[in-house]
Amino acid sequence: MQTSVRPAAATPGVRRAARGRSGQWAAWAFLAPVVLYLLVFYAYPLYRNVELSLRNYTVRSFVQGDAPFAGFGNYAKVFADATFGPALWHTVVFTLVSLAFQFTIGLALALFFSKSFRLSATLRALFLVPWLLPLIVSASTWSWMLNSDSGVVNAALGWLGIGPVNWLTSPDWALWSVIIANIWIGIPFNLVVLYSGLQAIPAAVYEAAALDGANGWQRFWRVTFPLLRPVSAITILLGLVYTLKVFDIIWIMTKGGPSGASTTFATWSYRLGFGNLVPSFGPGAAVGNLLIVMALVFGLVYIRVQRRQALT
Amino acid sequence: MRHLKTVLGLVLTAVMLFPVYWMINVSFTRDTAMRKSPPDLLPLDGTLDGYRDVLDQQLPYLGTSLVVGLGTVALTLLLAAPAAYSLAKLRPRGGGVLSFVLLIAQMIPGIIMAMGFYAIFLSTGVLNTVPGLIVADSTLAVPFAVLILTTFMSGIPEELLQAARVDGAGVVRTFVSIVLPVSRNSLITVSLFAFLWAWSDFIFASTLDQGGDHQPITLGIYHYIGNNNQEWNAIMATAVVASIPATVLLVIAQRYVAAGVTAGAVKD
Repeated sequence: MQTSVRPAAATPGVRRAARGRSGQWAAWAFLAPVVLYLLVFYAYPLYRNVELSLRNYTVRSFVQGDAPFAGFGNYAKVFADATFGPALWHTVVFTLVSLAFQFTIGLALALFFSKSFRLSATLRALFLVPWLLPLIVSASTWSWMLNSDSGVVNAALGWLGIGPVNWLTSPDWALWSVIIANIWIGIPFNLVVLYSGLQAIPAAVYEAAALDGANGWQRFWRVTFPLLRPVSAITILLGLVYTLKVFDIIWIMTKGGPSGASTTFATWSYRLGFGNLVPSFGPGAAVGNLLIVMALVFGLVYIRVQRRQALT
Repeated sequence: MRHLKTVLGLVLTAVMLFPVYWMINVSFTRDTAMRKSPPDLLPLDGTLDGYRDVLDQQLPYLGTSLVVGLGTVALTLLLAAPAAYSLAKLRPRGGGVLSFVLLIAQMIPGIIMAMGFYAIFLSTGVLNTVPGLIVADSTLAVPFAVLILTTFMSGIPEELLQAARVDGAGVVRTFVSIVLPVSRNSLITVSLFAFLWAWSDFIFASTLDQGGDHQPITLGIYHYIGNNNQEWNAIMATAVVASIPATVLLVIAQRYVAAGVTAGAVKD
C-alpha cells in the first residue's frame, strides 16, 4: 500500500557508467522548468514574505520599494499583541480537536467499510463528497445551517427541547462551529487513507487471531490497531500539517470573530495583511512566518516517520 | 446481517451528506419561506429563482473559473510531466533533494504564499489578472503532480524504455511516444486534481484577484454572502453549480480520485 509519495529518485537500480555526463544533462534539462518554477514561484515569494516581515511596509512603500528596515520589530509587535495568546490557543484547540474527531470517526467508518457489503463501494465513494467540494461551498452551507434564527441545526435542537444556540455570533460557540465544519470536511481523507491501510492487513492474521479465540474487540485492539499504527501516524501527521493552515472555512464562516473568538494564526495573518482598509503587511507576514515554522516542524517529523517506515 | 450493514451504511451516508442535501434544498426555497421556523425539509413549493440569479449574474465568474482551471491544468502538466520522467527514469544527481524540497513545498500554508505573491504581483503589474491567478493556483498542484507522476512513472518497466532506445529513440522521443501515453491514467488523475484545486481556490483569488475584472466563482459566492440582502437561495444555487466539477470528477473518475487520495493527496 502506498499512503504517501515517496521521493522516487532513490529508486534502486544499476547505475550505468555508460550513460555518463550526457545522461545527466538530459536529466537536468527535463528538470530545469520545475527547478526554475520552484525558484521563481516558491523560493522568491517566501523570500519576499520574510523581507515583508522585517520591514515597515505600507501600500505606498510597496510600490516605491523604500520601506525602512525594522529588524524584528514586527515580530515583537506580534508577540506583544493582545491577539497573540488567544490566536495561539485557538490554533491549538482547532487543530487538536479537529484531528481527534476526524481520525476517530474516520477509523470507525474505515472499519465499518472494511468488509464489503451490498453498495459498500458506492457509499464509500459518496463519503468523498465533502472533501471534494470547494471549501467556500461547504463553509457557506454550514453558515446557513448554523444560522441562529433560521438554521436547520437550531430547528433540530429546538425539536429536542434545547434552546437556540448562537453558533456563529456568540464568542462561546464560534470556534466550535468552525471546528464542526472542519471535522466534516476532514473525515473523508481519514476514511480513505485508513481504509486502504486496513486493506493492506493480510486476512491470515485475522484468521489466526480468530483461531486463538480472540473476540471482535480483542481483534481490534490486539491485531488491527497495532498493525495500523504506521498508517495512523502518517494520517495524523499529515492532518496536523494541513489543519494548521486551514483558513478558508474559518474566514468564510466567522471571519475569525466575533471579537476574535475564532481567530487562528492563519486568519490573523490574513486579517493583518488583507482584512483591513489600512493593511499591516509587516506584522501579517510575521504571523505567517510563525505559522510556517509550526507547519514545518510537524512536516519534518512526518517525513522522518515516513522514511523510517519505508526502510522497514 | 448483510442487509443490516447496507441499511446502516445508507443511514450513515445520509447523515454525512445531509449538508449537501440541505444546500440543494435551500437553493430551491422561496425567499418568503427562507426565514420560516422550522424550515421546510423538502422544497415542495420550490422556486428556480436562485438558479435564474445564477444565470443572470454568475456566468462570467464561472467562465473565469473554467479558464483558470484549464490554464492551471496545462501549466501543471507542462512542468510536472518532464520533471517526473527525469526523477523516475533518468536518475539525475540531486534528484532526492529535489523530491524533498517538493514534499516540503506542499506544506507551506497558502496565506504565506499569497502574501509573497501579492508583493511580487503588485510590483510587476500582474495583480488582478487571470494569468497571475493561474500561476498562483498552479503552486497548489505542481509539487503534488511531480511526486505522484514520479511514483507512477517509476513503475514503467525498464524493458519498455530499453526497447525504444534499441530502436534508436532518444530521451525526448522516448518521453513523448512511450512514457506519456503509458502514463495516461496518472496524467488524468493529476489533471483532475489540479483543475479541482484551481476551481476551489479561495485564498489566492481573494488576495490576488480581489479587484480584477475577471473573478472566479469562489469570489462570486463570497460577494453574494457579503451582500446585505442575503438571498440564500441564490447563494446556495451558486454553490450547487460550483460543486458540479467535484461531482463530475467523482462520477467519471472515482477510481482515479481514490488513487490520488491514497497516494498522499493533499488539500488546503
